[in-house]
Amino acid sequence: MVQANDRGAKKRGTTVGPRQALALSFVIPSDFARGREVQDAVMRDVGRVGFTPDNAFAVRLALEEAIINAIKHGNRLDRRKKVRIAARISPRRVEITVEDEGQGFDRGSVPDPTADENVVKSSGRGIMLMESYMTQVRYDRGGRRVTLVKDNV
Amino acid sequence: MAETRSPLTVTNHKDIAVVEFRESKILDELNILQIQQSLNELITSRDRCKILLDFANVEHLTSAALGMLINVNNSIRSQNGQLRLASIRPQLLEVFTITKLNKLFRILPTREEALASFE
Repeated sequence: MVQANDRGAKKRGTTVGPRQALALSFVIPSDFARGREVQDAVMRDVGRVGFTPDNAFAVRLALEEAIINAIKHGNRLDRRKKVRIAARISPRRVEITVEDEGQGFDRGSVPDPTADENVVKSSGRGIMLMESYMTQVRYDRGGRRVTLVKDNV
Repeated sequence: MAETRSPLTVTNHKDIAVVEFRESKILDELNILQIQQSLNELITSRDRCKILLDFANVEHLTSAALGMLINVNNSIRSQNGQLRLASIRPQLLEVFTITKLNKLFRILPTREEALASFE
């Protein structure tokens, strides 16, 4: 069971006003099942604040890719290494950071999966999907941390 | 591991194998690996296989699942087989469009249209 540390968050079950936000944070080992629990917890609140089905679908997809990237490519499945996830969820915007303890990466070095020579290759689509579905995607701390922003418009 | 059930349901329509996914989310690494193994067994068990993947039950997938589908497509093509995808809901179809995989795969709106499209 993943425990969220609510930081100044609204109590569950109450209505979330347009200027209010829910805040969640998690620290998990590099484990896909734990990642799934975090994803489910975040998505419950994304649904609760009234994200449209399409926008919620986009957040779920991008968050899934970010967590898998952190566990698989960042921490290279080393369970001793942690993944830190923080989410700020309001009716108008979701902002989520996912940080791993890996080597980091250079966004510019990731090939375009839709280029003709890459289209039959089985990898390289996660980042592309995140960037397509989110309003904004930022990388910092040497690529160890990604920030996903989705406006609910 | 308690979960040993196949992640796929396979039914035969003449010489076409129609494959349905039991799970609504094709996400987990393990789940994806199981699906790929099951499909590989299906591909190698038939000469010039004809496989229809029916996505009616599928609500979510990930880039890893797309990678698996590309590998499956490559295997089928290398054996002169045929692959069709069908019943993909609009949200998921957009994932295929964004990644331009709608051009790599033969995607048909319904199972009936997909069955009729095999050569």
